[in-house]
Amino acid sequence: MAGNPLSPHLQVYRPQLTSVLSIMHRATGVFLSVGTLLLLYWLFAASIGPDSYAIARSCMSATLSQIVMAGWTFSLYFHLCNGVRHLLWDIGWGFELVTAYRTGYAVVAMSFVLTALTWACVLMQRGGT
Amino acid sequence: MNLKSDLGRVRGLGSAKEGTRHWWHQRLTAIALVPLTLWFVIAILARLNSSHTETIEWISFPLNTVLLIALLISTFYHTILGLQVVIEDYVHVEWTKVSLLILVKLGFSLCALASVVSILKIAFGMG
Repeated sequence: MAGNPLSPHLQVYRPQLTSVLSIMHRATGVFLSVGTLLLLYWLFAASIGPDSYAIARSCMSATLSQIVMAGWTFSLYFHLCNGVRHLLWDIGWGFELVTAYRTGYAVVAMSFVLTALTWACVLMQRGGT
Repeated sequence: MNLKSDLGRVRGLGSAKEGTRHWWHQRLTAIALVPLTLWFVIAILARLNSSHTETIEWISFPLNTVLLIALLISTFYHTILGLQVVIEDYVHVEWTKVSLLILVKLGFSLCALASVVSILKIAFGMG
């Protein structure tokens, strides 16, 4: 093995928007798969009865849970927006370098804006009651 | 010159030993999840302060029951397909890889079943 030429490893490349978004798509996907368990817990608690539903609600409104949920919200929007970008690539649109960068920045911006809107909505409703 | 064996050519499969099913199902669930996810997020945001009774009523409404089941099945299926790729790409010890794949497939299938049972239990007035 020693002395054989190797293809350049990922580590020698300078991170670029396109590659960073690509690995983030995976990371958010993995993170979201844990988040699906919360959705399951919520449904399960609701199906058991008011008491377990109340427990689930109080677990979810704890500060630590809300921080994790904010992370999940961002991951969800990122994976959703970047997923649409991938679907557009699948139909052959957006491969030009300029377009790939533009849609990449759009995905990042959209993810932040949608996360902010969502949590503004959450916090406003909390203040209202 | 074609180096493929006759059997390989007939089966039309490459070294992955399967066709385009995995890729295609990942896309199909992705397409389904775009509207389903948006619908769910908006619905939840509109009902943040709902009581248990109100939540039960919302889930029991037939259109919501159907869309919720569609959302959860698509989500867990999409999750299984996605995690499978991640495991296959990064775990190179055969027995660890196979164990993780089995764990992910059985575990998330169980989650999908549990969520569908919960939704149906509520929808049929047993929640």
